[in-house]
Amino acid sequence: MSSMADREADILEEFEFFDDWMDKYEHLIALGKELPPMNPLHKTDDNKIKGCQSQVWLYAQTSDAGIQFEADSDAIITRGMVALLLRIVQDQSPEEIAAYGFGFLDDIGLTAHLSPTRANGLLSMVKQIRLYGVAFQAKRG
Amino acid sequence: MANLPTSVREQFPILQRKVNGKPLVYLDSAATTQKPLAVIEAIVRYYSEFNSNVHRGVHQLSQEATEAFEGVRIQLQQHLHAAEAHEIIFTKGTTDSINTVAHGFRSILQPGDEIIVTQLEHHSNLVPWQMLAQHTGATLRYVPMDGRGVLDMKAYADLLSPSTKVVAFNHISNALGTVNPVKEMTVMAHQYGAAVVVDGAQALPHTTVDVQDLDVDFYAGSAHKMYGPTGIGLLYGKTTWLEKLPPYQGGGEMIAEVAMEVSTYAGLPHKFEAGTPNIEAVIGWGAALTWMNRVGVKNIQAHEDALLRYATERLEAIPGVKIYGKAPEKAAVISFNVHGLHPYDVGTLLDQMGIAVRTGQHCTQPIMDEFGIPGTIRASLAAYTTKEDLDALVKGLEKAISLLQ
Repeated sequence: MSSMADREADILEEFEFFDDWMDKYEHLIALGKELPPMNPLHKTDDNKIKGCQSQVWLYAQTSDAGIQFEADSDAIITRGMVALLLRIVQDQSPEEIAAYGFGFLDDIGLTAHLSPTRANGLLSMVKQIRLYGVAFQAKRG
Repeated sequence: MANLPTSVREQFPILQRKVNGKPLVYLDSAATTQKPLAVIEAIVRYYSEFNSNVHRGVHQLSQEATEAFEGVRIQLQQHLHAAEAHEIIFTKGTTDSINTVAHGFRSILQPGDEIIVTQLEHHSNLVPWQMLAQHTGATLRYVPMDGRGVLDMKAYADLLSPSTKVVAFNHISNALGTVNPVKEMTVMAHQYGAAVVVDGAQALPHTTVDVQDLDVDFYAGSAHKMYGPTGIGLLYGKTTWLEKLPPYQGGGEMIAEVAMEVSTYAGLPHKFEAGTPNIEAVIGWGAALTWMNRVGVKNIQAHEDALLRYATERLEAIPGVKIYGKAPEKAAVISFNVHGLHPYDVGTLLDQMGIAVRTGQHCTQPIMDEFGIPGTIRASLAAYTTKEDLDALVKGLEKAISLLQ
């Protein structure tokens, strides 16, 4: 399995090609459309992260392979962001996820989407991903 | 088509800047308007030349600051056609004004009394009344709106009764642009002796207001939505009501006599103005009022009405666009969605093109719930808005749609 650093490098390379914002957002929208649908049983109010602008659903379970995440959003650009974040953390160990900072978003010019003022649910999703890391770490203890 | 000369727009320094590498197209004036140079300069002049606390010192600077400060109260009195200058209370803004009234009614309302609000309200003219109802045991009633965003006047008439003590509604809806029949609603409320509280935040930038003609008991507004600074607003109240209501906050400036156990309150307007006020903002507001009146509120209104019609026609011609708020009397905002697209996505792409619109619920969740939508995209207009801004919106919207579909 590729490390988080390898996956970051892949994404950076992918985004290097885009010299204008339209290409970048087209790609983000495509990623959003490709994100596998969430199991309806997991897409519950309990798993909903309410943003003022868009909403995010996040569910996680753990196995020997690491943590498996499922997520969705009602807005396609937010879904694209969700897809990007999941690509990094999918199947990684709880320890690594708990300590992860998502700094790569800065390099591809998308950090603004994690700004609290966007109120799109993504910042809370990042916190929730880390919390799952901490919780599953404790459970394995 | 647009009536105001381009020299109006040129007075707004911020409109020269670029956003994401593109010239700024600012269509979020209902959230806050940009400020003309005259306002910015007035604030700089205040700090450079006569900064001082008001109502206190015998020294020259304090005299000058107090005169300028109180001069703006008189400007506002004239602007709203209030009977007395002391009927204009300075507050932090519309929300603060409404809270001042709602808090004052805590000592007046009793269980069984009723407060009427409408489905069109901004949360700021809703939550304070919910809090008042909770505190006093009074009941909150809602006037519903129809599919066009027009209040159901028959339902309003049915809701009114001798138990109605307060009726609170907006003059113009921030989310849909509906202009409400303030005078008619006030006459009806007064037949039952209810106090009428009007949220005028969206009306003052776009229309002339005569509080004596409307006969409302309270009227609230914010400077920052009418070309003035943030952090300052007004509460107009009829003298009889303002004398009846207890003060909202205690402190300096609002007292007559202070002993260790008990104090007596100062007269109007100071009773409601505890603490050092936001002097710079009041001074800036004065400059904004002068500016607005020089351009002419009626000219601004005609300019915006023409642009609103133009924007409506252009947007309706785009396949999939649905406009929310189709009241026959409508002002300066246009709320819409594109079929199958989330407003957040559209707004994010427009931002990339330098176009500033508001997306979301506009602090009016009951309206969005009624339409069953997560929010809308809202473009709102001001004196500096041009036809070119709206053309840029249409072009940007078409581009966003092609990217998202």
